[in-house]
Amino acid sequence: MKYELVSGLETHVELATATKIFCSCTTAFGGSPNTHCCPVCTGQPGALPVLNKKVVEFGIRAGLATHCKINTITHLDRKNYCYPDLPKAYQISQFDKPLCENGYVELESGKRIGITRIHIEEDAGKLVHERGFTFVDYNRGGVPLIEIVSEPDISSVEEAVEYVEKLQLIMRYISVSDCKMQEGSMRCDVNISIRPEGSKILGTRTEIKNMNSLSFMERAMKFEFERQSELLNGGGEVEQATMRFDEQTGETYVMRTKEDAQDYRYFPEPDILTVTIPQKKVDEIRADLPELPVEKLKRYTVELGINHATAKLLYKYKKVCDWFEGALKNGASAKHTANLVVGTIYSTLATEEDKEKFDIKVTSAEMAKLVKLVDEGKINITLAQMTLIKMLENGGEVESYLSAEDLAGVDESELEKLCMQAIEANPQAVADFKEGKEKAIFALYGFIKRATQGKADVKKADGIIRKLIK
Amino acid sequence: MKDVISTLSKKLQNKELSSVELTKAYISVIEKQNGAINAYVNTTFDTALKQAEYADKLIKEGNAMPLTGIPMTLKDNIATDGLLTTCCSKILRGFKPYYDATAYKKLKEQGAVLLGKTNMDEFAMGSTSETSVYGAPKNPRNLSRVTGGSSGGGAAAVCANLAAYALGSDTGGSVRQPAAFCGVVGFKPTYGAVSRYGLIAYGSSLDQIGPITHSVSDAAVVYDAIRGIDKMDMTSCETPSSPTKLDGQVKGLKIGIAKEFFEGLNPEISSAVNCAVSAYQKAGAEIIEVSIPDLKTALPVYYIIACAEASSNLGRYDGIRYGYRAENYSSVDEMIIKTRTEGFGKEVQKRIMLGTYVLSSGYFDAYYKKACILRERIKGEFKKAFEKCDLLFAPTAPNTAFKLGFSGGNAIETYLSDVSTVPVNVCGLPAISIPCGTDKKGLPIGLQIIGGKFADGKVLFAAYFAEKEGLCTLPEIEGGVKI
Repeated sequence: MKYELVSGLETHVELATATKIFCSCTTAFGGSPNTHCCPVCTGQPGALPVLNKKVVEFGIRAGLATHCKINTITHLDRKNYCYPDLPKAYQISQFDKPLCENGYVELESGKRIGITRIHIEEDAGKLVHERGFTFVDYNRGGVPLIEIVSEPDISSVEEAVEYVEKLQLIMRYISVSDCKMQEGSMRCDVNISIRPEGSKILGTRTEIKNMNSLSFMERAMKFEFERQSELLNGGGEVEQATMRFDEQTGETYVMRTKEDAQDYRYFPEPDILTVTIPQKKVDEIRADLPELPVEKLKRYTVELGINHATAKLLYKYKKVCDWFEGALKNGASAKHTANLVVGTIYSTLATEEDKEKFDIKVTSAEMAKLVKLVDEGKINITLAQMTLIKMLENGGEVESYLSAEDLAGVDESELEKLCMQAIEANPQAVADFKEGKEKAIFALYGFIKRATQGKADVKKADGIIRKLIK
Repeated sequence: MKDVISTLSKKLQNKELSSVELTKAYISVIEKQNGAINAYVNTTFDTALKQAEYADKLIKEGNAMPLTGIPMTLKDNIATDGLLTTCCSKILRGFKPYYDATAYKKLKEQGAVLLGKTNMDEFAMGSTSETSVYGAPKNPRNLSRVTGGSSGGGAAAVCANLAAYALGSDTGGSVRQPAAFCGVVGFKPTYGAVSRYGLIAYGSSLDQIGPITHSVSDAAVVYDAIRGIDKMDMTSCETPSSPTKLDGQVKGLKIGIAKEFFEGLNPEISSAVNCAVSAYQKAGAEIIEVSIPDLKTALPVYYIIACAEASSNLGRYDGIRYGYRAENYSSVDEMIIKTRTEGFGKEVQKRIMLGTYVLSSGYFDAYYKKACILRERIKGEFKKAFEKCDLLFAPTAPNTAFKLGFSGGNAIETYLSDVSTVPVNVCGLPAISIPCGTDKKGLPIGLQIIGGKFADGKVLFAAYFAEKEGLCTLPEIEGGVKI
């Protein structure tokens, strides 16, 4: 039988607030073990949590950016479980009244993946196994998280990956998190069940915990889908269970089944007062939201006329967008700037991370100067590309890379001469063009470019050629 | 009753006495008397003498405040930087916090002198202080009797003049009931009036620090020093300042009597309370009958909520970071289980299990949730009563001090003895216990005055009348510091 996948994700995102959720310790990643700690985040007897308002604000921002309803009266709850990395033996989280509910994330296809809820909570510390001992590092304890729970609307591995990428992008756009899966600032638990194609009934689900990279998630989901399909095809049943993915073997393993599921004994956190958020505050945060990825993509393609593929390569990186828009503000044309970013600058930035950082030596103002020379026909795109490569290596001003001769271009009478030569040298192309083969004219452009080492303005040449051929 | 704090403060400021001399006097009586009473579980004499020197400096510079140089004690569940804070539990053996509770910090800022940490029921769970890992403190008024609890050590220390005042904590009566048993004053402020930061939690929504003192005026002075909003405790709040001048006028005061407090009450206790009420009436107070129909429900509500919160609050004692750790284990899980089994006493284990049970899925609605609903109902009944009267007068406890060892075999009866004090915590109200006589065995009886939320000042004000009228004079205990 053929099966289809049904999946919902629980995504943990570490918030980029300067301080922890219940104390004023730093949230900086790393640091010597147990140096970003205080009585509160190590759960010392008598210490009390004080809710960081910024965390609530960041949570609201995340909720609004994913079209959620904000619960303006909300509270925190204790989730009780015992583990050495959890110093109070309970995690302060939210249970029955999450900060945000009922939103969605839109995929490229237009399909919406529903967001059931987003709640705020604290992260746990970390166990470190070394020299036969286990150590605990509480630096991460109390770092604020949001947990984003999706509806089981995801029906393929590709959709799951796209959903996570879209979430990542949204959270980065609104500066709520850097969402670095490799540093653990974004982690996913994947719920998977399968059902006969076309069926409406949900099957028994398993949950794969703690996916910390998209490629692992992809592999784990594929493996789990196959595992469940084989089970059902063999006449077996899927047992509700929590699974672990082994990165070495590429297989999923059962960690615990439903019978030994934990009872978290949730109850309202008595140390933290009910959180009441004035509607005015929600409105302010909404008004402060930057342009979201979907909107930006639309603007780039529709308003700025950038082709879809190029626009997608730009909007993925917030810093690139800021820089790109900076160049536009300085008067550069969108098309040429976009093409130079994607064609030339990206070729010097090998990894995703490089592009995300976008640490380059060319300012958007200098870029604008360069592109404007192209826009005004003073230099052609080839020369612009060559100049940009040099600028990326050494920085500095555009002028220092272009000689007066470069900028002078090719004067009108010289260009006319060249056009005549081009016509003479390419009789076949000229004949083809006369017959209506528009593209044949490219051969003549090529001749002129070669003859002037790219300095000639092809647009002008085009006009002259057409006149001459007539 | 003597105003010990103001008397000593005057002597210190008039230079009749230095704080170091006074501190040494207390140290010497503690050394002599504590063996018999067991009020102190850890003394901090080195710290005390250093603090006394600092206090003398403040006095010399003319910067004395009301509590400068006055020696006091803290209950063993109030965190003191670098000083043992064990909740009288084996599981916190050797635990020295690296931070001060806000209440202690405020006292230190006034130049207070800390003599030591006082005995209590393990994790404040009990009404007799007998569950302490250090053994029970004894009632200075009758050494075969308990001090009450859980702040029994503090009440005994004040009663025996082994400290000028004490800070206790009151989750279900733990300041007021031992004060009643020992014949001293115990004040439980409005929930949140005193920061809980550094108070090791038992029932977080009920816990409140309060002073145990020789007199009502002393209680007002200490309360004023420790109260106030604290950025380290989100549940803390500002209360109107307590009257610095108590004049004892009660004319026109509306005293509410809720019959539910008196149903089936021991006649000796009821007559002592009634006698006090008549004195107020004679002085012009108006007596109004009110009703709290669900008063007795507060007891099960209290035990469910307190135990539920405790089961969560005490989860952190796992032997990993601080305190006691069991020996001989082969896994982390085994280490945690052994540590908790060996580290917690029976009463604490009982309450952790009870609390875990009432929060478990399948039982949550029937117990914890129902208790929360009833809690709101009881709050409503008190609120309604306070629309008709200013204060409620009631007994602090339905009995006088138990014999040592009694509660061990009579757990239910001991729990039931909290019936008059727990409603106050369930509703977050302020209340004071002051002595109002003795039973025929000579054991003190406590009068409880309960106010509406934030009416802390009114409670102290009304209590001062009884003190001024000499309603609460009990014989002084010999052997302590003579004021």
